[in-house]
Amino acid sequence: MWIYEKKLQYPVRVSKCDPKLAKFLIEQYGGADGELAAALRYLNQRYSIPDKVIGLLTDIGTEEFAHLEMIATMVYKLTKDATPEQMKAAGLDGHFADHDNALSYHNAAGIPWTATYIQAKGDPIADLYEDIAAEEKARATYQWLIDITDDVDIQDALKFLREREIVHSLRFREAVEILKEHHSSKKVF
Amino acid sequence: MDGQWRSHQPFRSPFDPCPPLPKAYVVPPNQYITYQPEGLKQFSPREALKHGTLWPDLYSPYEARYKRGSQA
Amino acid sequence: MSESISKEYYQYMHELQTVDFVLVELTLYLDTHPDDQQALAQFTQFQRRKRVLMQQFEMAFGPLQEFGNSPPGQTWTWSSSPWPWQV
Repeated sequence: MWIYEKKLQYPVRVSKCDPKLAKFLIEQYGGADGELAAALRYLNQRYSIPDKVIGLLTDIGTEEFAHLEMIATMVYKLTKDATPEQMKAAGLDGHFADHDNALSYHNAAGIPWTATYIQAKGDPIADLYEDIAAEEKARATYQWLIDITDDVDIQDALKFLREREIVHSLRFREAVEILKEHHSSKKVF
Repeated sequence: MDGQWRSHQPFRSPFDPCPPLPKAYVVPPNQYITYQPEGLKQFSPREALKHGTLWPDLYSPYEARYKRGSQA
Repeated sequence: MSESISKEYYQYMHELQTVDFVLVELTLYLDTHPDDQQALAQFTQFQRRKRVLMQQFEMAFGPLQEFGNSPPGQTWTWSSSPWPWQV
């Protein structure tokens, strides 16, 4: 069961009417290392990972949905009032022909989201290393998005999202340590 | 450039068509922590939200590169 | 929707996002540090602050959660605009 909260995790502001940015930002919506893939990857792994780290996967997976909503907010604000002409100028005419102003789970190159972005190997160490890699890859994507964006308000929200990847990556590495069962605060169950 | 950046210089051929661009990458602080110690210093709640983490030791700043013809 | 949102909405919302963020960070931390009593105490303290803030926000601007987790008010406003991505 999930409870929706009518609130963004972080205030998202978009200060320029620049639909072109939406074309890049969509990478983190429906791309391989995007927020949808992240949420579904972690929540799916919960069913086979050892009990000790299910809580962490649940909570990070849930937070990823909040990040997905932040990216959606940016794309929504950048495209909702864009005319077909503006969409065309932004290189979004192909998108417009299929989806009008609807959001679509695809990457910046228009390739639709696919379940093959998620490996789900079933081995806890392999799965957690996939998660660590996914977080570092998403961090890198946020860097390239910050580089390519000149809207300081969008950059501000992207910097927040980038830092979250760094924290998540650390937590997943701590989860590996928990499964190795020899970190300092060893406890008896 | 802050202390989290590492730079490297790829081999440069006299036949490279473009002027060389400096190459660098970030190593965020999470790479130096195996297990977060208890009781780390914290940001104030307002600062934590702004930085995207509660702990200054986990914070990695990032500014856009290639701004107005210059590079970070 | 052309109705405007008050400045207070943004202020309260930011306050709530601030306190909730501390709770998110502490949640993930406690998932890997369940024995850290100091972090648990801080979590409890921020949870109290969240409860007060949520109550104030919901009195002024309507429910934040539904499925019975927030008071619905005199009329059903849960399904009314604005939604988070619209503000």
